[in-house]
Amino acid sequence: MNQPILTVDGLHVAFHSQRGEVHAVRGVSFCLQKQETLAIVGESGSGKSVTAKAIMRLLPKQSTSIPAGQITYAGQNVLALPPRELQSLRGAEISMVFQDPMTSLNPTMTIGQQLVEGISKHQRLDKAAAYEKAVNMLQLVGIPNAQERIRAYPHHFSGGMRQRVGIAMALACDPKVLIADEPTTALDVTVQAQILELMKSLQQRTGTGIILITHDLGVVANMAQKVAVMYAGEVVETGPIAEIFYRPKHPYTWGLLRSMPRLDAAGTEPLIPIPGTPPDLARQQQGCPFAPRCAHVMKVCKHFSPPLTEVSSGHTAKCWLLDQRAQQQERLAGVAGG
Amino acid sequence: MNNRVLLEVNHLSKHFQLGPNQTLRAVDDVSFHIWQGETLGLVGESGCGKSTVGRTLLQLYKPTSGEIRFAGERVSDMTERKGHKAYTSQMQMIFQDPYSSLNPRMTVTEIISEGLMIHRPNLAKKERKEQVSALLELVGLSSRQANRYPHEFSGGQRQRIGIARALAVEPSFIVADEPIAALDVSIQAQIVNLLMDLQRQKQLTYLFIAHDLSMVKHISDRIAVMYLGQLVELAASDELYARPLHPYTEALLSAIPLPDPVQEQSRERIVLQGEIPNPLNPPSGCRFHTRCPKAFDICAKEIPSFAEVLPQHYVKCHLYGEKGE
Amino acid sequence: MRTLPATGTSPHEITDDLFVHEPVAAEVAMEVAASAADAPWKAALKRLGKNRGVVPAFVLIMVITVLAFVGPLLTPYTYDGQNVAHSNLPPKISGLGWLGFDGLDSNGVDLYAKRNITEAHWFGTDEFGRDMWTRVWKGTQISLLIALVAALLDLFIGVLYGGISAYYGGKIDNVMQRIIEVLVGIPNLIVIILFILILEPGITSIILAMTITGWVGMARIVRGQILQLKGQEFVLAARSLGVSNSRIMFKHLIPNAMGPIIVTLMFTLPTAIFFEAFLSFIGLGLQAPLASLGVLINDGYKGMRLFPYKLVIPAVMISLIMISFNLLADGLRDALDPKMTK
Repeated sequence: MNQPILTVDGLHVAFHSQRGEVHAVRGVSFCLQKQETLAIVGESGSGKSVTAKAIMRLLPKQSTSIPAGQITYAGQNVLALPPRELQSLRGAEISMVFQDPMTSLNPTMTIGQQLVEGISKHQRLDKAAAYEKAVNMLQLVGIPNAQERIRAYPHHFSGGMRQRVGIAMALACDPKVLIADEPTTALDVTVQAQILELMKSLQQRTGTGIILITHDLGVVANMAQKVAVMYAGEVVETGPIAEIFYRPKHPYTWGLLRSMPRLDAAGTEPLIPIPGTPPDLARQQQGCPFAPRCAHVMKVCKHFSPPLTEVSSGHTAKCWLLDQRAQQQERLAGVAGG
Repeated sequence: MNNRVLLEVNHLSKHFQLGPNQTLRAVDDVSFHIWQGETLGLVGESGCGKSTVGRTLLQLYKPTSGEIRFAGERVSDMTERKGHKAYTSQMQMIFQDPYSSLNPRMTVTEIISEGLMIHRPNLAKKERKEQVSALLELVGLSSRQANRYPHEFSGGQRQRIGIARALAVEPSFIVADEPIAALDVSIQAQIVNLLMDLQRQKQLTYLFIAHDLSMVKHISDRIAVMYLGQLVELAASDELYARPLHPYTEALLSAIPLPDPVQEQSRERIVLQGEIPNPLNPPSGCRFHTRCPKAFDICAKEIPSFAEVLPQHYVKCHLYGEKGE
Repeated sequence: MRTLPATGTSPHEITDDLFVHEPVAAEVAMEVAASAADAPWKAALKRLGKNRGVVPAFVLIMVITVLAFVGPLLTPYTYDGQNVAHSNLPPKISGLGWLGFDGLDSNGVDLYAKRNITEAHWFGTDEFGRDMWTRVWKGTQISLLIALVAALLDLFIGVLYGGISAYYGGKIDNVMQRIIEVLVGIPNLIVIILFILILEPGITSIILAMTITGWVGMARIVRGQILQLKGQEFVLAARSLGVSNSRIMFKHLIPNAMGPIIVTLMFTLPTAIFFEAFLSFIGLGLQAPLASLGVLINDGYKGMRLFPYKLVIPAVMISLIMISFNLLADGLRDALDPKMTK
């Protein structure tokens, strides 16, 4: 019964740049259920946005290649779809909200024209019905005077309002999957709160599955049921939200959680940052990509890539610390030390 | 923290003339002071004028009205008497964007030693070089990287270079203008820790400008909240978080997502309606009244005063004035 | 201190003893990120070298420049030495007869043999018997000189004017921009003709005439660049360090605007060469016996039917120069593109 609507399996993406091949996504797998929000967390350059664009097939053809992996939506492989079918998939079945809504809206068309264009392309509605639907969508995303504002151009809207229009555009054709790429990063906190509320209430109404890409763990805690933590092009840990926040297993996840100050904590305990900087993905690397920054690094980490270990149902992590032998060593060290 | 006021700002305003009939009141009648050795956090949403405050303090903008006193002396007198240079050695700035804040055509050594060349022109070349190395080590970079260009460094490392540049002239006061906003979470903590270490080592005083309230709370002793060019609340940071008085501060605090799913999904949130009004045409009376859940009729008519409602806790709101009660 | 294992000795099996804590030295972790890269100008030079058009264009420009100075010395003639006996001789280079340098006129008569002349004029002679080889190279020399001086003057005035206008902004900028608009508003040919009428025609007056309106383009480019740059935080940082205005200008702003400035300069050169040729062609240029490529083309054009070589040789020369400079400027633009260097 619990059939996922979207599955990504072993996805690899490589960019061809002047500096050589940049292996931006290295074997990413996850799945998304109906009405579920999956958050992909990671720092810049971790490959989270590239993964999203790969699902939408929005990566530039000349400079990227997908050497391996599968993206399955409703039983069909998205990566193998011919252009025409891809057209009907994009926007109607899977749609996307961007970080800067200005780039996704055409500045020379009114938002009404753009909404109607999208709606009439994917749904068999006559112009009047499409127009009505567009007005409805704008009302739904909380734009006051939708009847009038529909004739306005994107630059007439403020940042938050533009993002609402972006969401209206994305949801106009009742997609099954909505990919939100840092939808609130460019917005202020009070407006961010509004947009997050809006996305949640719309999800309850339409049952859309959301893939939320963000670097803000607070937003994740607010929105998601499932989390995938990405580092250097790999999903290093994934699981239900409570598992990730309360029982994280990967040192990178520990680091992320500990390097954020707590608003509710009194006094000032020093933050524990992750030392160093993320690796250069243009270089070939050996072993675990996090090893150079990891406080718990072992000899093995530098030479062998850690396997995916299931910690509990649905909670997996890629770390040698979860290996039995490492735990044995720890116990030994504990005995020796204590 | 001793009880000496290092910087005092009285009724500071900075208006920008955008057109013949358009004046942007970026900062409007702002008063506060900073104790020696403390960190004052200045928070607010984009366009509220917090960066303008910082830049006006450094005399990068000429204030429209009001006065700034540094160590008891009026800054306008000081720059008149001893020149801009004397003032800049006291006060420095750390910038937001690590990519545009370093000149791409200069090496790290050139960038850091520029301030030394201006403020200590008698320094021999060799000594200057040693100073640069020492500064690099101080901010956690290797002095072997001194002859490289900024584009070879990552965002966090560039921010460290920017900090070294500011420290080169040995200032006592530093304005940090969103120094971590452009960095990744794991790197943010590195920079914040570095800033706090340096404060302890060198007895620095900070004005820490940011929109990320959780970081501000972590680093600041006191916090000032700005809305549309005005200060609405100022209090010690724990006090402000425990007992926000201004409705805007309250809403701002409740809007911050906490990295804790149980708390986050169960808490009551004050979601403000609407967005920040156009600063070219701010609302009458209290500037927040158009979005305020607790507004009453006087708010649209009269500008509330910035008053000390609780000890060391200032707020600009009619709810706490005599008229509100 | 623990040393890092050398990469050559990496283990091949996962054995139990690998599961021991082995921290990376903090400094090594820090070092990982800062990978060595080239200095900005070095990287641009590398990209320039990769451009296919640039290298031959550059070589050609070098060859032409060298010949412009050396060429006139290779023959016993001077550019203004007249010799009526040698008038209108077609080009003759022994060994290159198959290329048309055979000393035959348009009727197929060998004029050298007919007039009993033993010397060979490589590019022929004009109606006064002046050696064309010498005159073409002398002309190239003068054309290049005029272009270079005009372009440098443009650069100097343009950078100063545009820089001041953008950096100080406000009222100063407003006034300076209005002046530019007035200058642009007057058709520049009229300005130049008036200018040359007032001054004595000659190299200086041509250069001055071209510069009087020519710097406007450079000034606009520089102003645009500086406006963009002065809002950047590194300029604010310099100001808050107390750096003087002139140092900000020459150390922070101009070096960062250098790319577009060089490109504009490189495009100014061929334009100036062409414009000088155009002025000479319409009779406003140099006066005889001085020659520039424009003067030579004008002379050759008059006898085009009978003595095509008089037109073709300087025309080919000016085309080569124009193409080479344009290719080089194009390559430079690609190499210095600010979008590529971040």
